[in-house]
Amino acid sequence: MSWIWSNGDLIWDRTLDHLVLSVPPIILSFLLAVPLGALANRYRASRGAILSSVGLLYAIPSLPLFIVLPVIVGTSARSPLNLIIALTLYGVALMVRVVADGLASVDPDVRQSAAGVGFSSWSEFWQVELPLAGPVLLAGLRVVAVSTVSLATVGAVIGVQSLGSLFTDGFQRGIQAEIIAGIVATVVLALVLDGALVLLGRLLMPWTRKSSSRVMLPLTPTPLTPTPLTPTTTPTTPVTR
Amino acid sequence: MFTANKGRLALFGVVAVGAVIALAGCATGDPLATDSGDSAGETLVVSSSNYYSNEILAEIYSQALEEGGYTVDRQFKIGEREVYLSDIEAGGIDVFPEYTGSLLQALEPDAAGGSADEVYTELEGVLPDGLALLDRAEASDQNSWTVSKDFAEQYDLTDIASLASVPEPIQVGGNSELESRPYGPSTLTEMYGIAIAGFTPVEDGGGPLTVKALQDGDIQIANIYTASPAFAEGNLVALDDPDNLFFPDNVVPVVSDKVDEGAADILNTVSAALSADVLVELNAKSSNDQESADKIATDWLAEANLF
Amino acid sequence: MNLLIESIQWILDPQNYVGGNAIPLRVLEHLGFTVATLLIASAVAIPAGFFIGHTGRGRGLAVSISGAFRAIPTLGLLTLVALSIGIGLGAPYVALTILAIPPILAGAYTGFEAIDRRTIDAARAVGMSEGQIVRGVELPLGLPLLIGGIRSAALQVISTATLAAYLADFGLGRYLFTGLKTRDYAEMLGGSILVILLALALEGIFATIQRFVVPRGVVSSRSRVVRVR
Repeated sequence: MSWIWSNGDLIWDRTLDHLVLSVPPIILSFLLAVPLGALANRYRASRGAILSSVGLLYAIPSLPLFIVLPVIVGTSARSPLNLIIALTLYGVALMVRVVADGLASVDPDVRQSAAGVGFSSWSEFWQVELPLAGPVLLAGLRVVAVSTVSLATVGAVIGVQSLGSLFTDGFQRGIQAEIIAGIVATVVLALVLDGALVLLGRLLMPWTRKSSSRVMLPLTPTPLTPTPLTPTTTPTTPVTR
Repeated sequence: MFTANKGRLALFGVVAVGAVIALAGCATGDPLATDSGDSAGETLVVSSSNYYSNEILAEIYSQALEEGGYTVDRQFKIGEREVYLSDIEAGGIDVFPEYTGSLLQALEPDAAGGSADEVYTELEGVLPDGLALLDRAEASDQNSWTVSKDFAEQYDLTDIASLASVPEPIQVGGNSELESRPYGPSTLTEMYGIAIAGFTPVEDGGGPLTVKALQDGDIQIANIYTASPAFAEGNLVALDDPDNLFFPDNVVPVVSDKVDEGAADILNTVSAALSADVLVELNAKSSNDQESADKIATDWLAEANLF
Repeated sequence: MNLLIESIQWILDPQNYVGGNAIPLRVLEHLGFTVATLLIASAVAIPAGFFIGHTGRGRGLAVSISGAFRAIPTLGLLTLVALSIGIGLGAPYVALTILAIPPILAGAYTGFEAIDRRTIDAARAVGMSEGQIVRGVELPLGLPLLIGGIRSAALQVISTATLAAYLADFGLGRYLFTGLKTRDYAEMLGGSILVILLALALEGIFATIQRFVVPRGVVSSRSRVVRVR
C-alpha cells in the first residue's frame, strides 16, 4: 500500500488525463445521438435501420478499431483524437436507441396538445418532446458516461496515458497496489461523473424532483440499458406507480 | 427554458471539440515551435514504450541530456511497438531506447540475425532515412526460452537442445506472434527434434501471467525477457541459446538527425556504462522496491558518476 | 479500402478453413463462450432482477452495483483474476459475466416496473398469489424489456469475448491478437469482421425470439396503456 502514498501525484495526474479523455466523448455522443435518435423515432421505416446499424457499432472490438482508425481518419497513430473518436462511436451506439425510446415514450396526447396550442413541429421537439424525454435521456447518458470511463483505460495500449496506464504498469512490475489503485480510481471516477450527471439532471429538469404521482418515470433515474425492442413493439412507458 | 439549455449544451460541445483539437495539437505538435537558434537549447523529444524498463532507460537518457544543457520533451509510454513504430519512422521522435534484435525483426521480418555485432550492422542497414543508431550497450533484454526451476531440475535442462530429452510433448506459451517467429515452436521441432504439444497464447509479453502459467504447469516453456525481475526470485531458468536462435537484443538509442554530436557523446557515455547486470538491477529497483523511473535514473546517474 | 479487400480475401481464403485455427472452429468457440457467459449472468441477474422488480426493494443497491460493475475495466479485471486462478478460460468467464450482469439485471427489473400498477392490483384483487402474479402477470409482461437487456448484454459479450484469447487458445480473438502482433492487419480486420457478422446473426436471432416469445396480448395491451394515459 505504501506505493499509493508515495505516488499520489501520479494517480492524480492520470485521473486528470482520464477525465480529459472521457468527457469529450460523453458530450459528443449525446450531441450526435439526439438528431439520429430523433430521425429514428420520426419515421417508422428508418427506425429499424438506424437502430440496428448504430447498435452494431458496439460490436466492433476496440483493439482493431484503434489501429484502423488512424488509417481511415488520417490522424497520427498515437493521437488522443483516435481514442476520443472511438469512444464517441461506442457512446453513440448506446445513446441513439435511448434517445429514440425516450422520445417515443412521450405521450402522443401531449404532443397533439402542443400542436393544438400552436407549436411548430421544430419548437415542439425542442420545448416539449426533448424535455419530457429528459429523464430517459439522462438515464442513458449515465450509462454512456460510466462505460466511457471504463473503456478509456484501453488507451494505455495505444500510448494514450490514462488510469489504464496504472494497471498495465502495475502488472509489468508486479505491484498489486498500483493495479488496484488503477481499477479503483477508474470506478470512482465513473461514479463521480455519474453523480455529476444526476446533479445536472436535477438542475436542468427541476420538475423531476417533485414527487408528484403524475411523473412519468421512477424518481431516481435508472441506469436503463439501451433496451432493444423489436420495431413492432410499441414504446414502453414506465407508468406511475 | 430548454432553449437556454440547448445553448448551454452547444457551448459544452464547442468547448469539448476545442479541447479535443488542442489535445491533438499537443501530441503531434512540432517540437521546433519554441525556436531558439542555439542548438544546445533545442528541444529533443525523448520517448519510451509502455514497457516499464524502457521507461527507466528513456528517463536516464533524458536526465543525462538535461545535465548536458539540452532541453528534453518527455513523451513516455507511447504504446506498443506495433503502434509507435510508424511514429519513429515518421521522425516525430528524436531519441528512443530500442533493442537491436526486436527492432530489426519489426522493420525486416526476414532478417538473418546472428551475433550482437551482426544484428547491429543489419539494423543500421534497414533503418528509415533520417534515423541513426548510436553505440549499443552491453546490456540486453532479449527473448529467451524459459522453464520453471522444478521442470529444469526434473529433466536436467540446461540449453534449448536438452528439451528434446523431455519424454512428454511440451506446451509452449507466450505472445501470439511467437508461434510464427523464426525461433518459434516449429523451429524447435525441426532443429532439435523437440516434441511440441501445442501453443497457448498469453498476451502479456512474458509478464506475471506467463510466469504464473509456467509455475502452474499450464505451459512448460515460455518466452520471457532475460532482464525480467521474475528471474530474481530464482524460480525460473532461461535456457542457454548457443546457436543464436534468438536475436541479441542490446539496448541502443535510435536517434533523429536533430541529435548533434554533443548529445550523441552523452548518450554513448551512458551506453558504455550500461552493463547487463546494471539493467537487471535497475529493473529490480522498479519492481521489487517499487521506485519510480525518475528516482531510479537520478540515483544511478549519481552513483555511476558519468558527468 | 485496400485493407478491407485484403481482409475479405483473408476470410475467403480456403487455407483458413483447415486445422486447429480454422474459421468455423473459432466461430463455434466464440459463440459457445458467449452463450455460456449469458447463461451464467442470467442465472445470477434474472432472479435478482425479478425480486427487485416485484418487491421494489434493493433497487438503490442494484443500481449502485450495476454502475460499479459497468465501470470496472474488463482487461484489468481479467488479468487480476487470472493472476489468482491462472490462465485458461476461468478468468474470461468471470470478467465477461461481470460485464453481462448490469444490462440483464436492469432489463429484468425495469421490465417489472414498467407494468401498469393497476394490472397488478387487478391480479391481486382476483385472488392471485404473489407467486402467481410473478409467473402469470409480471413475467410475460416484463419479457420484452428482459429480452432487450439480454440482447444488449449479448452484443457487449460477443465483442469483448475476443479478450478470451488474451490467455487461452480460444475464439475469434486469436485472429485479432495474432494480426496485431505480427502487423498482419488483414487478418486482424478479417477477425473483427467475423465478430461483427456473428453479432449481426445474434441480433437477428434475438429479434426473432422477441417476436415469438412475447405474447400478442402484451403488445396490444402496452399500446393501449400508452393511449389511455
